[in-house]
Amino acid sequence: MKSDIILAGVGGQGILSIATALGEAALADNLLIKQAETHGMSQRGGAVYSHMRISDQPISSDLIPGGAADLILSVEPMESLRYLPYLSETGYLVTNITPFVNIPNYPDIEKVMEEIRKLPRFIAIDADTIAKEVGSTRASNMVMLGAASPFIDIEFSKIEDGIRTIFGRKGEAVVNMNLEALRRGRQFAEENK
Amino acid sequence: MEWESYYFLSKSQSLEIGFPSIRLTATHGTSLLTSAFSLPFSPLFRTSLNTHNSGKTRLLQLFSDPNQLFLVSILKFNKLIMQKHLFLGVEAIGQGAIDGGMSGVYSYPGTPSTEITEFIQENPLAEERNIHRTWTANEKTALETALGMSYAGKRAMSCMKHVGLNVAADVFINAAMTGVNGGLIVTVADDPSMHSSQNEQDSRFYGKFAMVPVLEPSSQQEAYDMARDGFALSELTKVPVMLRITTRLAHSRAGVARKDVLPENPLSMPANPRQFILLPAIARRKYKGLLESQNLFLKLSEESIYNRYEEGAEKSLGIIACGIAYNYLMEHYPNGTCPYPVVKISQYPLPENHINRMDQECDEILVLEEGAPMVEEMLKGFFAKGTPIKGRLDGTLPRDGELNPDLIAKALGKEMFSGYAIPEVVANRPPALCMGCGHQDAYVAMNEVLADYSKGRVFSDIGCYTLGALPPYETIFSCVDMGASITMAKGAADAGLIPAVAMIGDSTFAHSGITGLLDAVNEKSSITVVISDNESISMTGGQDSSAFGKIESICIGLGVDPAHIHTIVPLKKNHEEMVRLFREEFAYNGVSVIIPRRECIQRASSRKRNKG
Repeated sequence: MKSDIILAGVGGQGILSIATALGEAALADNLLIKQAETHGMSQRGGAVYSHMRISDQPISSDLIPGGAADLILSVEPMESLRYLPYLSETGYLVTNITPFVNIPNYPDIEKVMEEIRKLPRFIAIDADTIAKEVGSTRASNMVMLGAASPFIDIEFSKIEDGIRTIFGRKGEAVVNMNLEALRRGRQFAEENK
Repeated sequence: MEWESYYFLSKSQSLEIGFPSIRLTATHGTSLLTSAFSLPFSPLFRTSLNTHNSGKTRLLQLFSDPNQLFLVSILKFNKLIMQKHLFLGVEAIGQGAIDGGMSGVYSYPGTPSTEITEFIQENPLAEERNIHRTWTANEKTALETALGMSYAGKRAMSCMKHVGLNVAADVFINAAMTGVNGGLIVTVADDPSMHSSQNEQDSRFYGKFAMVPVLEPSSQQEAYDMARDGFALSELTKVPVMLRITTRLAHSRAGVARKDVLPENPLSMPANPRQFILLPAIARRKYKGLLESQNLFLKLSEESIYNRYEEGAEKSLGIIACGIAYNYLMEHYPNGTCPYPVVKISQYPLPENHINRMDQECDEILVLEEGAPMVEEMLKGFFAKGTPIKGRLDGTLPRDGELNPDLIAKALGKEMFSGYAIPEVVANRPPALCMGCGHQDAYVAMNEVLADYSKGRVFSDIGCYTLGALPPYETIFSCVDMGASITMAKGAADAGLIPAVAMIGDSTFAHSGITGLLDAVNEKSSITVVISDNESISMTGGQDSSAFGKIESICIGLGVDPAHIHTIVPLKKNHEEMVRLFREEFAYNGVSVIIPRRECIQRASSRKRNKG
């Protein structure tokens, strides 16, 4: 088993919460992990990414080689395209469709979506709307994790356990909302893949 | 493969040594490694053995010293992978230092080193042991204080980013001369590719310059082990040990198995009361001692568990892989399938035994190292007559920037699928000042006044406000090193550029701005110093600034005329007032200080979150 995942977004969007949930799930599944993060200057509203590698075999490199990622999971549509050189021939791109506009030259969103639709395998999901439906836009990253879950070789129940672990402190209502977000994301991906 | 911790056996305990087999029967009688080493300390042998209790094949590394004590380390061959903690490299170092019996960490924040100290600050065991873990004013004060703790016999660590070592270079080089009493580790985090830095200098050169052992982990587990056992290495070699990491290892997570927690050292004075007195007559003797110790350092490198020669049948090429570059290499040869001999290097000085062997066995040598081509230059020689050396200097790898698996694949002539191209529609998304940040208001007001003058008058510094170089502000024209805004503005004013303006943050002012301001006061230079005070060290995540609440009194103490020190809250509603202050003080012929003060909005919101 091996899943090489690029997580992408903009500094402040909280892509590391996805990594944390996945990391917990992988640990619970007795898998090995390496995960390279972006800290420092680029966190100030710049493009951020994380290389997440999960395997049942020892992992050497902290970085995923080019053309080898099984999945690009992006919480912002333009950011999903920035890491295409990492995507493998059989890889999936899963992205939120809500743009995060903090630069004056943000491109026409239709042109961005056009590029996404050119890919052989992609899921483009309105995670913010789904998150709002289950209770809070804050759950949008868990919708994204759910949408990516069919393409990650970890038992779904382990991912649910991961969410219980990281949100447990915040009480049952928050846990349940995030679990619902996860399931709704997964359901969308299953129906649209 | 994974090394167990060191054990220290007295002769009275039973270690049966006999050929062809060796049995370690003192498993329960071992005591932990202490600092009771004496020199010379020579490696005895390294061989494999079966431990009677587990039956697993192990490799034993055995040293002896004149006190008839044995230092044993055991390499487990079994593939059992203990993964108890998912640690960032920096967290692994923090945990390793705590478990290694450290009594104090002294640091100034700097990416990618910051989280080592933050981890220790939040660690329950560190709290229980009351390990010193408060931020210092700068890296120089940090390392000097750590050296003071070492003087008193206790184990200390100082952490900094690569350019921080420039600030602490004076004490670093001289600490190699004085040597240590308690173990001292200087952890330096380099930032190749300059993700968050103004250069990509390679700290291994400093280690070589100071002539001290340098450890460079290839994995988070090694980072933990080196931090934990590095104090003992420092006490054994009697000099500070450098632990050098790079951004990728610092900020990447992997499973780490912890080991026993070692006790802290008791308070103890240096055996030689003149050890730390670098008067020329004493320093000359100390220097000769340091030179003589190089043989020991080399021997320890050659026998180090972190360095090894890996066999390979294909001798057309030999590969030297330093630190994390080893992982990028092995990415292409999973499960030990690398056809070429490999020397893995994670401890310096360079292990000559492995390198000589590679030189004899292989037609060409490829050097993979993160940072500058330090090893490559050492091997290449001026006339380049020996074995051809490939690496960053001959174009096999890029001369600058961090390594990655793709660059190494290319160097090995491997074909890879190169992924999809980035569509042209993708725009750059550079970092920017946060919405609502006080630096923005200060820049808007400054720009309005600066419009009356010719361009290029604002010298800036290291911090979030350096982003004022970018649109829409484009206010500042320099960013060099910590504190250089004030001194460069003074130099420009000395040259006749009047007014000259310095833009510096509160913590950078505390770090290295104070002495420069004193120079300006002494010469009544026509500069305006803007200390944009967000009451935190924000670029690195909102740590406490050591000048908090003291900035006005520092300026007054330095001799700035109180009539020319102004504080204002940088908000839109105060825009006109800010403009007026800037206009008046830019026109003033002398030193003035304007302090726009409003808490960093990131820090304010995280403070509110933590409260709620």
